[in-house]
Amino acid sequence: MSDQQVDQGKRTWLIASTCAGVVGGAATAVPFISSFQPSERARAAGAAVEVDIGGLKAGEKLTVEWRGKPVWIIKRTPEQLESLKQTEPLVADPKSERKPAEITPMEATRNEWRSVKPEILVVVGICSHLGCSPTDKLTPGPQPSLPDDWHGGFLCPCHGSLFDMAGRVYKNKPAPDNLEVPPYTFLSDTRLLIGEAKA
Amino acid sequence: MKKIFALIVAAFAFAGPALAAEGGIAWDKFPEAKLSDQAALQNGARLFVNHCLNCHAAEYMRYNRLRDIGLTEAQIKQNLLFATDKVGETMKVALDPKEAKAWFGGVPPDLTVIARSRAGANGSGADYLYTYLRSYYRDDSKATGWNNLVFPSVGMPHVLWELQGQRAPKFVEELDAHDPSKKVHRFVGYEQLTPGTLTPREYDNAVADLVAYLQWMGEPVQKQRVRLGVWVLLFLAGFTVIAWRLNAAYWKDVK
Amino acid sequence: MAEFKTAAANAPIGEKLMTWVDNRFPATKLYKEHLSEYYAPKNFNFWYFFGSLAMLVLVIQIVTGIFLVMHYKPDAAKAFESVEYIMRDVPWGWLVRYMHSTGASAFFIVVYLHMFRGLIYGSYRQPRELVWIFGCAIFLCLMAEAFMGYLLPWGQMSYWGAQVIINLFSAIPFVGNDLSLLIRGDYVVGDATLNRFFSFHVIAVPLVLLGLVVAHIIALHEVGSNNPDGVEIKAKKDAQGRPLDGIPFHPYYSVHDILGVSVFLMAFTAIVFFAPEFGGYFLEFNNFIPADPLKTPAHIAPVWYFTPYYSMLRATTDFMVNVLVVLVALGAVGAILKGRFGGSAKLGIAIAAVVVAFLLKTFDAKFWGVVVMGGAVVILFFLPWLDRSPVKSIRYRPDWHKWVYAVFVLFFLVLGYFGIQAPSALNERVSQFGTLVYFGFFLLMPWWSTLGTFKPVPERVTFESH
Repeated sequence: MSDQQVDQGKRTWLIASTCAGVVGGAATAVPFISSFQPSERARAAGAAVEVDIGGLKAGEKLTVEWRGKPVWIIKRTPEQLESLKQTEPLVADPKSERKPAEITPMEATRNEWRSVKPEILVVVGICSHLGCSPTDKLTPGPQPSLPDDWHGGFLCPCHGSLFDMAGRVYKNKPAPDNLEVPPYTFLSDTRLLIGEAKA
Repeated sequence: MKKIFALIVAAFAFAGPALAAEGGIAWDKFPEAKLSDQAALQNGARLFVNHCLNCHAAEYMRYNRLRDIGLTEAQIKQNLLFATDKVGETMKVALDPKEAKAWFGGVPPDLTVIARSRAGANGSGADYLYTYLRSYYRDDSKATGWNNLVFPSVGMPHVLWELQGQRAPKFVEELDAHDPSKKVHRFVGYEQLTPGTLTPREYDNAVADLVAYLQWMGEPVQKQRVRLGVWVLLFLAGFTVIAWRLNAAYWKDVK
Repeated sequence: MAEFKTAAANAPIGEKLMTWVDNRFPATKLYKEHLSEYYAPKNFNFWYFFGSLAMLVLVIQIVTGIFLVMHYKPDAAKAFESVEYIMRDVPWGWLVRYMHSTGASAFFIVVYLHMFRGLIYGSYRQPRELVWIFGCAIFLCLMAEAFMGYLLPWGQMSYWGAQVIINLFSAIPFVGNDLSLLIRGDYVVGDATLNRFFSFHVIAVPLVLLGLVVAHIIALHEVGSNNPDGVEIKAKKDAQGRPLDGIPFHPYYSVHDILGVSVFLMAFTAIVFFAPEFGGYFLEFNNFIPADPLKTPAHIAPVWYFTPYYSMLRATTDFMVNVLVVLVALGAVGAILKGRFGGSAKLGIAIAAVVVAFLLKTFDAKFWGVVVMGGAVVILFFLPWLDRSPVKSIRYRPDWHKWVYAVFVLFFLVLGYFGIQAPSALNERVSQFGTLVYFGFFLLMPWWSTLGTFKPVPERVTFESH
């Protein structure tokens, strides 16, 4: 090859056509790959959910579905809020410092109650271990499968992880993380919008 | 060889459109300029939700797509949501199909792609709808009290009658052009029986807005499609020039 | 068993890699045999673009098809809705859909032009008969593929077109009704039909098509391409055994085909972006109405690419069957009086003619319509043996042969046009005449292809350097 003259004409047009071809090919690939993204139907189904909590009494729990997952809304009693101070040394991540962008995306929930308003807890009811939904164990005191100094919270039936009344996971349990706090907004004192953090 | 082909191609330039000409009245031309008029499209959306969605569904049309004609989610939620409170839902209708059949003799068809389905030899789907909605007249021999020159004995009543008022058709009896032994009724115009809340010109304009909306709803992506197409074609034209020169660079060696 | 080669120790890594592969898989050998040392005639013209374009459209249909199947629902209750879902809710779904619908029509335009090239240059003649036969099989599969694909959107045209065509099978004597039931999977076209057509359209027929395309190309490469002059380039080779009038496919025709692809894509994308419905020919208006088993639309017409054959089907009325009886009789008489067969062969012809005439009058015209329609495609397979011209290419045939081909093409298009129109007296007569022209062109070819003064065929191809 080296003893032949390189044909400048062919070379120029080969380079030009290869570049144009790559650009054209990429431009063609973009719509096809984009079609993998969630469709409008999926996005509509995953839209934020409005909940009326006007009738929620102290100590009661309401479950709504958002993006196919159960979201718990609990109006915590003053005793339940007090218990958070007692469970602080018992939980693995008391200040919710692990993976904040994933688990507590809203700044306003990175506090000792893990909520915007102290009484209203909003968490996704899915255990951070392997995805089962923990059962309510809101009453404090000794009970089967629970420690003697149980302060009230949740027990995951699948592998025994324990969570306190702020959804924080106990130490030395299979679950690594606290329960996720989704983005939410108080549209009014009695209306919550789960799934969106509006200004 | 080439001359023969040119002759054949020229002969087929006169081939008619996809469907054979149907009988019935000629369709008026829908004012296409309305399609680029956002205010017209928004007015059409309003008319559609207020008058059509009671009986007809538009099941494939999502409310939040109305953002494409310049409406905000708040505006959609406040003024246009029907039978739902979620702006991501599609335009479903509450009318039970069984009741519809009992009242109208049939289920009102879904309107999402109605403008695409009614095109024919006489014109575009928009032409059809524009003419249809302006061709109602009073007819006491029909269960609804209404008949339509474009769709004789239609089961749909004149939903927009309050805007247009009531009209009767005027016919003139004359001899059939094809067979002089027979007589035919030829339509020559309307007679306004009672006035509507809009003048005829205002009514035509309102219907044009509504039809513009129906046409847009049939394919909301149409504008973007055409715009993108221009760029794609420009790119390909450029690529063709490059491919042509590349081809020439190689073939100059072939003797 | 090929020798196990070893690359030199200081060879570049590319060469070492290729040696490793070549020792286990004939990569370089295939590349040389089918690309860089496959010699194609240098005088290809415009008509020779359509083979590679057909392959391009096949790829487009498969890729867009894969993406459509991700969102389409093959369920009678959900199919129509899922297509609108693709058009509106799936990001860029509208583009994938329009490419697939335009691609279907483009496939037939390209394939008809590709077949026409074969027709005018005698590309089906010895030794290329098998290339042609594989091609006809591809055409048949393509028609099946398009027909089944058209049911999937589940619109009014989809439904009623399928209903009519499947009912044609019920015209077959004795087995017809059971056959139709078997195809449909139900007493009328329904969910069962939709699901099996989906399976055939998405995987079964595409696999067969791919296999046939590979066979088509292998058969072609075995004998080498024909060319517009009909001259066999392998007859004149140089000292190295390369055809004097041949050039390596790669890079000359790979680069040439890129240009063809580019121009084709301009036309293709113009339609996709500016006129995807194409006046109702590529996306029919009636198909925007969901299928209604209780209401037939006023005009059912098949998609444009089937209309010539549909015309022939409709043209076969009782009157036409009588005409065919007369023609069979005349043909038999002509063969007996003028033919150079032996006595027993002539007796055979007479008996056959009587039997055929009897069958024509016994079975319904509806059945013969199906036979005529199917026969119109099947007769293509026999073309290599019907053409008795001493000369392959139309360039060296008597000028009036060109008019015969022109009339054939004209009537094919006329049949297509009338296939779209509603039935009428004029439609019937013209379609009947057109059917006779179509079949006459082929069945009389052993005779007319030998008539006239043929021009001398050159020894070397005619070529003007670029």
